[in-house]
Amino acid sequence: MADKILAKDKLGEFLGQLKKDRQVFGPQAVEGKAQWAPLQAEKDLLWEFSNTHLSPKDFFFPQTECMMRFVNQASDEQGMIMQAEPELKQARALVNIRPCDAKAMQVLDLIFVQDQMTDDFYWRDKRDKTLLVGLACNDPCPTCFCTSMNCGPHSSTGLDALLVDLGDKLLLRTLTDKAQALAEGLPEAAKADLAQAAGLKKAAEESITSRVGMDQVNAREVMDLYEAGLWDRVQESCLNCGTCTYCCPTCHCFDIQDEVQGTIGRRVRNWDNCMSWLFTVHGTGHNPRGTKKDRVRQRFMHKFKYIPMKRGGEIGCVGCGRCVQLCPVNIDVRRVVNDMNA
Amino acid sequence: MRNTYIPYPVRIKKAELATEDKQLKTFLLEFLNPEDAQAFDYMPGQFAELSVSGYGEIPIGIASSPTEGDDLLFTVNKVGHVSTRMHNMREGDVMGVRGPLGNSYPLKAMEGKNIVIVAGGFAVTTLRSTMVWLLHPDHRDKYGDITFVYGARTPGLLLYGDEWRQWQQRKDVNCAITIDRAVEGWDGMVGFVPAVCEQLAPKPDNAVALICGPPVMIRFTQPVFDKLGWQPEQIIMSLENRMKCGIGICGRCNVGPEYVCKDGPVFTKAQLDKLPKEY
Amino acid sequence: MSTTQEIAAQIREAAKRLLSEGKVDCVIGFAQGTVPMREYPYFAYTPEEAENLTWSRFCCNNLSNFLVRRPKGQADKVAIVAQGCVSRNIVGLIKENQITREQVYILGVASPGMVDRNKVQALFPLKTITEVTEDGDELIVKGLGFEERVPTKKVLRQNCYTCVMRNPVIKDEMIGEESAPTHGGNIDKVAAPWEKLAPEERWAAFQETFKDCIRCYACRDACPLCYCHVCFVDEARPQWCGKTQDEADVATFHILRAFHCAGRCTDCGACESACPVGIKMRKLTSMIEKDIRELYGYTPGMDLESQPPLSVYKPNDPQEFIK
Repeated sequence: MADKILAKDKLGEFLGQLKKDRQVFGPQAVEGKAQWAPLQAEKDLLWEFSNTHLSPKDFFFPQTECMMRFVNQASDEQGMIMQAEPELKQARALVNIRPCDAKAMQVLDLIFVQDQMTDDFYWRDKRDKTLLVGLACNDPCPTCFCTSMNCGPHSSTGLDALLVDLGDKLLLRTLTDKAQALAEGLPEAAKADLAQAAGLKKAAEESITSRVGMDQVNAREVMDLYEAGLWDRVQESCLNCGTCTYCCPTCHCFDIQDEVQGTIGRRVRNWDNCMSWLFTVHGTGHNPRGTKKDRVRQRFMHKFKYIPMKRGGEIGCVGCGRCVQLCPVNIDVRRVVNDMNA
Repeated sequence: MRNTYIPYPVRIKKAELATEDKQLKTFLLEFLNPEDAQAFDYMPGQFAELSVSGYGEIPIGIASSPTEGDDLLFTVNKVGHVSTRMHNMREGDVMGVRGPLGNSYPLKAMEGKNIVIVAGGFAVTTLRSTMVWLLHPDHRDKYGDITFVYGARTPGLLLYGDEWRQWQQRKDVNCAITIDRAVEGWDGMVGFVPAVCEQLAPKPDNAVALICGPPVMIRFTQPVFDKLGWQPEQIIMSLENRMKCGIGICGRCNVGPEYVCKDGPVFTKAQLDKLPKEY
Repeated sequence: MSTTQEIAAQIREAAKRLLSEGKVDCVIGFAQGTVPMREYPYFAYTPEEAENLTWSRFCCNNLSNFLVRRPKGQADKVAIVAQGCVSRNIVGLIKENQITREQVYILGVASPGMVDRNKVQALFPLKTITEVTEDGDELIVKGLGFEERVPTKKVLRQNCYTCVMRNPVIKDEMIGEESAPTHGGNIDKVAAPWEKLAPEERWAAFQETFKDCIRCYACRDACPLCYCHVCFVDEARPQWCGKTQDEADVATFHILRAFHCAGRCTDCGACESACPVGIKMRKLTSMIEKDIRELYGYTPGMDLESQPPLSVYKPNDPQEFIK
């Protein structure tokens, strides 16, 4: 479908249409930071921001999520049988999600939904019911490196629709059937509009100067990378905290726990991370990733070697740069991958 | 679309202490719903998550063979929260089973070959499943010689005595059951598994070996097979790692790019030689 | 008073000398980070690597943390750059038998007071900061489409402002000159708001303080007091603390951690600097610090001799708080 033009003064109608049968969320200024929140008023929606402080992955993979419940009463035979949590009741839309974050959701789709058995009910339910309307980046940050990670500031992968801010108006590109209705009745973009969008895309891509190479990472054998000397240095300053994994839009490791309170029982999953000593320890006390070095290496190997090997070249990183900004000891993923690529 | 995190409800049909140290207990589980039994379509080598509401789940190899009917057999080592709870559960109690999970032994590819099975201690579970499957009248003819080596520290620590005593009687199985040190009342073989393997000297020609046991057994058995001329492609092993989801998502059981829960637990030694020793 | 750039040059010289003379195997200091206002812990093993060492108002990690987490056999004798708080944590680690005095060579330095990057960012909401440099008592903040000067004092970390000991309490060598011991702030004012609040108001204030926690444990892992091999929050049998984002679980973590640090915390601020969501956990620890000071007359890490009050029993210990 041809690109459309959405005048900025028609934005209210556009959002109103989205809100008709969906709960709408968007990046807003909360305590001075861009953060995801339910969208109450059109004016709250941010248009000029780098990206949200934390990723939107918790819309699909909440940090704590009840998976099933049971009645904790052994005398009640049926009670001890797990009952699944209900599906999401209302459809949702995320507006002004950045292309890197949408790309991350597409990468996660490949992990959460693989085949009949590996078909994560909770992830899929939320993904199916959520519309993603992206906002192209015209002013990427110095920490962005999406163009090295199968992505880009105007990338449309994983989105249902993409908006490009042309100043006084928006270019709307619908990408899936789910989003077709949004474009109805809007005027088609003129040649000049398309040219302006293409120019913004080119300028945004060129403004990203961080380059991360993957050719040697792809070419080198697993054990060659695994035994490389670089890990001794990378791990030195690492605190083994979970900041990088929790701010990351593609980190997806979790733990499953049973909780009971009186007769109420539930099985919950919580974000977990490979930096934690507890993550891999066996019941016997043996730990296959017993040292900090093992755990730091796992994170980078998983993202840049194991996922590409298993998922047809897709990378477990989209270059959003959040970990670069938030790591308490400035372990810069760009540096690490370039070292791996040496 | 089925929610694959929800366990099938099962009832404990039988629960018996399996070893003299009371560390292992064997459970026979019966599906509450016949359609669940139908859906639980498994092969030897696969495992399941045993689910106890309020305690959690543990991944355990399936010790029964699909040729034995719908009930599932598991032998559980008492080490953690869930397994300790299971040891305290009684016949008739209801729990859950999620699976079948992981790959299986490559029984199809093993057809026409001689098979050597080497088991040490508690790791015999899925190899029991394999033996029962191989010796079933529908399958036995498809395979060549079958050698079964199984060792434990003491006679009282050997599992599945009813089965291996039968196998010892059969002419079509070379069955070597051994204990570490001689004790009164034991007239069988004595010696460590690697030494027994050295003695039996299984030939690598047109053969496959399935080897499962504690790390120390693997460490000393490996050189015996190397010396006999076995190639890494011919040696098949089953790994264990900490798991949660069991379906290749949650991220903790991987060995390099391979998830033990989904791509494994069965790997050839040739595969493992190219991977980090994170198990 | 020397500038941080001058101090940095002196640190490099000292490090090169110590490494080339073989006095130490490694010098733990800071190197310049890849993002503004974030220098990172750096380990120099050779005189060439010592060239990468730096010193600035952006050195917000507590380096003593790395004395207890080093892999065995790797660099047994280390030198460490230590300002007041870090030296006090080294004292604490020695008292708690985690390290010995002989293991560490302390390159003492007066703290210039570190910058709170969240405060700087808050001056430019939603803007991207690309570079921050020191110029005397000011910072030059550059970003996409702007450049401004900010007085450093305005964006100092609160714990640096209320610091009572900027100079190292123990050292093997002093880099640069000693400074005035304080920055002029009153630490009691940090704790004061709690004292004015009624219990239910305290609870609400507590919830507000920790509402954004994502349980990454960066605060714990950045803290030189938190060297337990298995933290209580990770214990599985018994599991003391739930793993969820439920308020009770999050609160349990922060409250218990604060209590574990009572009488030990030097108010170095590493926890707040590490936090990816800007939680001010010092609101809690400062209250405990004040209690310890007022009840026991004790300030942690000031000398090697005095006994930590919560590790010893005295017949006249205050006990009116036991109800």
